[in-house]
Amino acid sequence: MSLVTGLYVVLFYAATVLLVVGLAFRIKKYASTPAPLKIPTTPAPTTQSGVVLRLFREVVFFESLFKSNKWIWLFGYLFHFGMLLVLLRHLRYFTDPVWTWVALMQPFGKYASFAMLAGLLGLWARRFLVDRVRYISAPSDHLMLALLVGIAITGMGMTFVAHTDIVMVKGFFLGLMRFSPQPLPTDPLLLAHLGMVVALMIVFPISKLLHAPGVFFSPSRNQVDNPREKRHLAPWAARLESGEQR
Amino acid sequence: MADFEVPVLREYPIIPKLKEGTMAHSSPYVAKAVMQEPLGFPGELLDNWKEVAIEKMGELCGKYRSLQVYLDSCVKCGACTDKCHYYLGTTDPKNMPVARQDLLRKVYRRYFTFAGKYFPKLVGAADLTEEVLDDWYSYFHQCSQCRRCSVFCPYGIDTAEISMAAREIMDAVGKGQKYCNEIIGKVFKIGNNLGLPEPALRDTLEGIEEDVEDDTGVKVRYPLDEKGAEVLLVTPSADFFAEPHVDGLIGYGKVFHEAGISWTLSSKASEAANFGMFIGSYENMRRVSMRIREAALELGVKRIVFGECGHAWRVAYSFLNTLAGPFDFLDPRYPVPQHICELTNGLIKEGKLKFDKSLNDDMKLTFHDSCNVARASRMGDKPGGQFVIPREIIKACCNHFYDMPADTIHESTYCCGGGGGLLTDDLMELRVKGAMPRMQALKTVVEEHGVTNLVAICAICKSQFAKTLPYYGFDMNSIVSLHQLVSNAIILSDAPKDDDENDDDGDDA
Ligand code: HEM
Ligand code: SF4
Ligand code: SF4
Repeated sequence: MSLVTGLYVVLFYAATVLLVVGLAFRIKKYASTPAPLKIPTTPAPTTQSGVVLRLFREVVFFESLFKSNKWIWLFGYLFHFGMLLVLLRHLRYFTDPVWTWVALMQPFGKYASFAMLAGLLGLWARRFLVDRVRYISAPSDHLMLALLVGIAITGMGMTFVAHTDIVMVKGFFLGLMRFSPQPLPTDPLLLAHLGMVVALMIVFPISKLLHAPGVFFSPSRNQVDNPREKRHLAPWAARLESGEQR
Repeated sequence: MADFEVPVLREYPIIPKLKEGTMAHSSPYVAKAVMQEPLGFPGELLDNWKEVAIEKMGELCGKYRSLQVYLDSCVKCGACTDKCHYYLGTTDPKNMPVARQDLLRKVYRRYFTFAGKYFPKLVGAADLTEEVLDDWYSYFHQCSQCRRCSVFCPYGIDTAEISMAAREIMDAVGKGQKYCNEIIGKVFKIGNNLGLPEPALRDTLEGIEEDVEDDTGVKVRYPLDEKGAEVLLVTPSADFFAEPHVDGLIGYGKVFHEAGISWTLSSKASEAANFGMFIGSYENMRRVSMRIREAALELGVKRIVFGECGHAWRVAYSFLNTLAGPFDFLDPRYPVPQHICELTNGLIKEGKLKFDKSLNDDMKLTFHDSCNVARASRMGDKPGGQFVIPREIIKACCNHFYDMPADTIHESTYCCGGGGGLLTDDLMELRVKGAMPRMQALKTVVEEHGVTNLVAICAICKSQFAKTLPYYGFDMNSIVSLHQLVSNAIILSDAPKDDDENDDDGDDA
């Protein structure tokens, strides 16, 4: 096994562990932190199924963002759903045989990368052009976009310009999954692409990318509007009460 | 009239370019030790305030999921940046919701996140310093906790939650706000925000009874501490004497009278407001709420109804059951608590109230959705009832009603500019500037429909508008209470038939 392959094997295992464990801890923290008061932003659904629908609309349509700002919505939507299609397309490197629907969606996934890139560039442009967004941007906000743009461009480079040995790449990832590492092609585009993906996986649980799990835990979006019908009491608030009564 | 520049109302609303530091000087008076201590807060800034503040921040992140998730989740997309009336009115970038959050978030990142501990510059993390504390004090008292930003944030990040946490941290280190903390102290000591003692309250109510009898010929009662009444009415203390609030109170009395429902006010719970929410203190909010439970038990009532007040209705609707429940000793046929608008509208629907709408014909009306009612509570049994019910009442008793532009009402309503514990003279500049977006919307309907009066169902909104309307060239008396309209138009069936209404018309004109 070459040095490069060895390095990427280690990187991918490490990044996967950090991503999974990091996210699990974060999600556990969100789930176990009580929400002592009913604070859904109203009008809010009065039933649990209504809440599921509300969250569905937020995640699938970016409903609130649509109300808020059509440009951010457009760019954000192009980026996220472009990225989703691109990611789904990548499943073919992890499945053998390739699932039929993954095979069928390949062309969509390929061109979705343009949407993803266009969205990212639009969002990035706003960070320079809109004075309010410029004001709130920290270096990490630019860096995150740079990272994603880098991933997108190197990936598109391999798809549309300088192909890599895709069979060997697939061998590498299947090898990782089966714990029997296989060699990785060493062309620079691929190494850059995968290096940045590793970086993204590592920063995910310690950055603003936590918005992805966060949206499901946001009390203003995930609470049922029924405070009069059903008494809502957090464990620490209950302790406060019983302490008083004693 | 002002020693600051009053924003100009334009042809069309715009998103202003930001100007740094325009409101850096705006800070309310700091609470003195005598106001801090009864609430369980240190009297003055602690020597080790930094450690205490960081510790408190960690504690709150463990107690409030909202805070923890909101501090982590913001992607700095900027969708909220033009949604705050204080930004629109002041152009100070720290009044953009996300920038306001960042004042707290940068400290959170520094002390609680990996990236902030090791790469502070990269992620905009910063040490907690005296300047940061001053910024907190200034800008977390430039947020009326109106939740408009939370409507438009893709994750529902509610800057109000962040402001409440920041204020709680500041209270914990001994830097509380005079206005809120002094008022909470008065509620504990005397029973209401104004410090109006029981005899004075009784006097006032007797005066109101006499006035109403003179006016209508009917002995409408405004009872205090009457055991065995059906309904306990809890209303903001401004309703007892301020204009136009008191006209609303008169209206509630007439509704109860006409419907034949016995009711009472309580001297113990002579205040609906609960400023414990503004300072983010669960304990204080609970203590204030418990008065209402105790009053309901002592008076043996069957229902609790709240008068016109925005944040009070939020605490009542959303939190009362949590803070002071369960209310299993009350009549289960009614929601606990009920809003006076729910009660009145229900009676209208049942045909128990009759109106002569022409008595409100001297006014063309528009309705201001108060933020806490619009975005933090509900009326009736359907989502959005808080928008429908007040408008149905207005339309039942008035002929001329026009809504302001759609992006300034309902869930998108603009705050009056004085909510969230900012209704104090030391924040006048902020209040006037923050009222701008609402005034802009009002101007639209004034020009399009000749609207003459603005209706509100919140004591803070009413007081704030009475003060700020004149800065924008409107009459301070154009703010009216919703139940004032009810009061004007209601037909009391036991009124003397041979009335002198014609004279009244003459007076009004
Ligand atoms: C549940 C899944 C997700 C939802 C609902 C979601 C939603 C959003 C929304 C509404 C925005 C704001 C608009 C915008 O700037 O695009 C946003 C921003 C962003 N999202 Fe996501 N997202 C999700 C998953 C992800 C994932 C998995 C990534 C990671 C790679 C990601 C990366 C980003 C980035 C980098 C931004 C900031 C863009 C900027 O700098 O302007 N998101 N997300
Ligand atoms: S809660 Fe209201 S006042 Fe506070 S930042 Fe959000 S929009 Fe502004
Ligand atoms: S809208 Fe929400 S996520 Fe976007 S900048 Fe504002 S607070 Fe952050």
